Amino acid sequence: MSSSTSTTSSTVTPGMTSAGAAPAAAGGTHDAIRIPVTGMTCAACSSRVQRALQQQPGVTDANVNLMMKTATIRFDPGTVTPERLVETIRATGYGAELASPDQSAFEEQVARDRAGAAEFRELRSKAIVSGVIGALAMVLSMPLMRQMTGAAGPHTHISDPFMRRAMAVLDPILHAALPWLYAIPPVLILWLLLLGTLGVMAWAGRHFYTRAWAAFRHHSADMNTLVAVGTGAAFLYSVVATVAPSFFLRRGVQPDVYYEAVVIIIALILTGNAFEARAKKRTASALRALVQLQPKTARVVRQGPDGADIEVDAPIETVEAGERVLVRPGERLPVDGEVLSGESAVDESMLTGESLPVAKKPGDAVIGGTINRTGAFRYRATTLGSDSVLARIVKLMRDAQGSRAPIQRLADRISGIFVPVVISIAIATFVVWFVAADSAPAVRAFAAAVAVLIIACPCAMGLAVPTAVMVATGKGAELGVLIKGGEALQRAGDLRTIVLDKTGTVTEGRPTVTDLVVAPGSARAADDVLRLVASLERLSEHPLADAIVRHARDRGTPLATPEAFESVTGRGAVGVVEGAAVAVGNAALMDDYAVDPAPLAGEAERLAMDGKTPIYVAINGALAAVMAVADPIKDTSREAIRRFHALGLEVVMLTGDHRRTAEAVARQTGIDRVVAEVLPHGKLAEIERLQAEGKVVAMVGDGINDAPALAKADVGMAIGTGTGVAVEAGDIVLMRGDLRTAAQAVTLSRRTMRTMKQNLFWAFIYNVIGIPVAAGVLYPAFGVLLSPILASAAMAFSSVSVVTNSLRLRGARIS
Amino acid sequence: MTIDGTDWLVILTGLAAIAWVNWYFFVAGRVPAAAAVSVGGRPGTGAQEQTITVDGGYSPAVVRVKAGRPVRLVFDRKDTGSCSEEVVFPDFGIRRFLPAGERTIVELTPPAAGRYDFTCGMSMLSGALVAED
Repeated sequence: MSSSTSTTSSTVTPGMTSAGAAPAAAGGTHDAIRIPVTGMTCAACSSRVQRALQQQPGVTDANVNLMMKTATIRFDPGTVTPERLVETIRATGYGAELASPDQSAFEEQVARDRAGAAEFRELRSKAIVSGVIGALAMVLSMPLMRQMTGAAGPHTHISDPFMRRAMAVLDPILHAALPWLYAIPPVLILWLLLLGTLGVMAWAGRHFYTRAWAAFRHHSADMNTLVAVGTGAAFLYSVVATVAPSFFLRRGVQPDVYYEAVVIIIALILTGNAFEARAKKRTASALRALVQLQPKTARVVRQGPDGADIEVDAPIETVEAGERVLVRPGERLPVDGEVLSGESAVDESMLTGESLPVAKKPGDAVIGGTINRTGAFRYRATTLGSDSVLARIVKLMRDAQGSRAPIQRLADRISGIFVPVVISIAIATFVVWFVAADSAPAVRAFAAAVAVLIIACPCAMGLAVPTAVMVATGKGAELGVLIKGGEALQRAGDLRTIVLDKTGTVTEGRPTVTDLVVAPGSARAADDVLRLVASLERLSEHPLADAIVRHARDRGTPLATPEAFESVTGRGAVGVVEGAAVAVGNAALMDDYAVDPAPLAGEAERLAMDGKTPIYVAINGALAAVMAVADPIKDTSREAIRRFHALGLEVVMLTGDHRRTAEAVARQTGIDRVVAEVLPHGKLAEIERLQAEGKVVAMVGDGINDAPALAKADVGMAIGTGTGVAVEAGDIVLMRGDLRTAAQAVTLSRRTMRTMKQNLFWAFIYNVIGIPVAAGVLYPAFGVLLSPILASAAMAFSSVSVVTNSLRLRGARIS
Repeated sequence: MTIDGTDWLVILTGLAAIAWVNWYFFVAGRVPAAAAVSVGGRPGTGAQEQTITVDGGYSPAVVRVKAGRPVRLVFDRKDTGSCSEEVVFPDFGIRRFLPAGERTIVELTPPAAGRYDFTCGMSMLSGALVAED
């Protein structure tokens, strides 16, 4: 990972092979970079690479560390590029690569957070300072108003009841407390206000004007345009009133000033923006938490200079596949891998939502970013860097947050034309007021036009949907549900039918011994039968045999080596174990050996009705027992299907299995409809058939065998089994193999759609009501007119309220 | 209420101002297709590369590329406004953060000829990638 390059980039289409990072703008004469070097085995190798780098023009210092497998280089970015340095290393015969583009998800989040924090701090201090100056300006304005009111009838620029009352209450108090204030000549106060306002505009409000101007040059307009035009017009009006009051007086107009309004408007909008920046930061908290799961170093076993194994804390990007990694209790696993030795329980809740630690023993897969709880173990690193489970999840979440929900299209279309339309409305407002007002037309026309500009808020509309998508995808990740974007979220909210694959989705996906019934009158105990059968089946390759052997091992039954073994195709297996002749198989096999299965035939029939596969056992020519092997239903499936029904979903199960087995599973779980004995392409046809009925259909399957059906469904949900999850498949990934999370995904989607609709509704209605009220439509009937100050307060908090409403999703109870 | 000469002046000026605002933002702002920047291949990589300056808008705002070949767009962000801090390519599912004062690379491949719009995070600024066969 290069420290000099803070550029971010990403490859979207497979097959691109460009270098990952480009140099940042040359800030100083020297940059430092750390490049992982692969393939070095001895001190001679590292010194050769180091020498080559030091001879490279533009390199001021190079240090290659064999243990860390890194080259740390200081170089002049004007003379040599990081790409050239990589080529120099490669020329020595060793591998080197700049950080791959996809790894930048981590850096991007850091950069975004840093920018967000700086923005918040700046906005906050500007808001506080301009707020204080605004309060001072208000105090200074009050004697001004009294004098003006006394001179020429009722003051008109404060027309809304709220501000008028505030002034009426404050004025006598102020007059009693600070009588000297009222003795200051008005001209002096006006000039003080002018200078103070100019200062606030040039410092705290500067970005409104510079950004509005930059946008204007591109023929575009945004929130800054509205603020800049509104406050700018109010300020210019006030300046003319201050410098040349006769200009107004000659026309019979009071030379009103809006200085305090300009300052307070800027202060309020900055305050709103600061709150918004903080709230927006919180919408990404789930993604940030995921990014921070990645440890920076790994304790790996490497060969020391003397050839002996030693443990090194190495930077994570230098770890190679196959290296041995050590973790102690309480530590975070640095990379994905497979346990070599040692046992432990690992907390995977942050990735899968599984609350209980998962037991790990040699051979088990572990995921980087999870926390080791109880024991120390060694494991072999497998997938690394951008291929790691964590990096893939982070990338998916980032992409999801970049997607747009179809519901946003209308908001987008309105945003595009919003500002010019509002400016037009403001101009029209001015004209109508000017022509229609009986007294002081220019003043009222002007106040109303400025209020229109200030109250209009395009930001709330722009934030309505993306913030909800951000928070919902984050909430989903915490539950172990990866939602791949706004569109998936929206479609999942509209679901009517959910189609489940049977094997691995409703059931565990691996056959297990469920019953062992000893024949009446048999002398052998159940354990004894199991031991003999499992010992025999050790040599069989049939999946059912595997289930029996596993069952015996799990129970700690000691297994013997059979003296003879023969597999009978389509019937079972026979052989000799510990001197006993054992036959395991179906009724036909029993017939072959003249064993009458009748005493257990009823039992076998009952097992078959439950969707299990009965297996007869004969020992020394006598019927000993009947066993049943079945793919057991997951503990969670029944509850999940109950929840689907509670959500009003029709539940359909698709399977290639025999009808009787499938129907037994459906009966036990409450599934509405079963389509059994379907071939893989039949699943696709069934989904098409449901869609043709006008239903919005979800398919839940394993993401590998069911990939075409997942793609065809309106919402494809890939169900994972902890580490074996195909995160790229489907629209929604259920990280742990718990079907209840599918119900959670649907609930979350519906809840999110509700939030989006609320947000859009408020953003629209706010402008639809706010703009006409600011323009003064209520004035003829009710005498209500909004002051620009109240308009700015409303505007500042409309976007904050939208973000806050989205954030409520974080605390939503999703079952 | 009587409409006098001053009122007529204000009405006419207002109408003219509204007409100008709508012309300036909706008509004059549209970049004619002929003014779009065409992008050639970058030697060595075959990627089509174009730097787009972000400063209250995108310049150039319209980039012509060949369809089906990788495109590398370098967004050089000069301003610090929070509106332009993200660039979004809805058709590609890309929402990328653009750190202020830095160059950020976005790589994508237009699958077929057509117009692919990109906007800022709040759809206030816009530009387009025009892919041709």
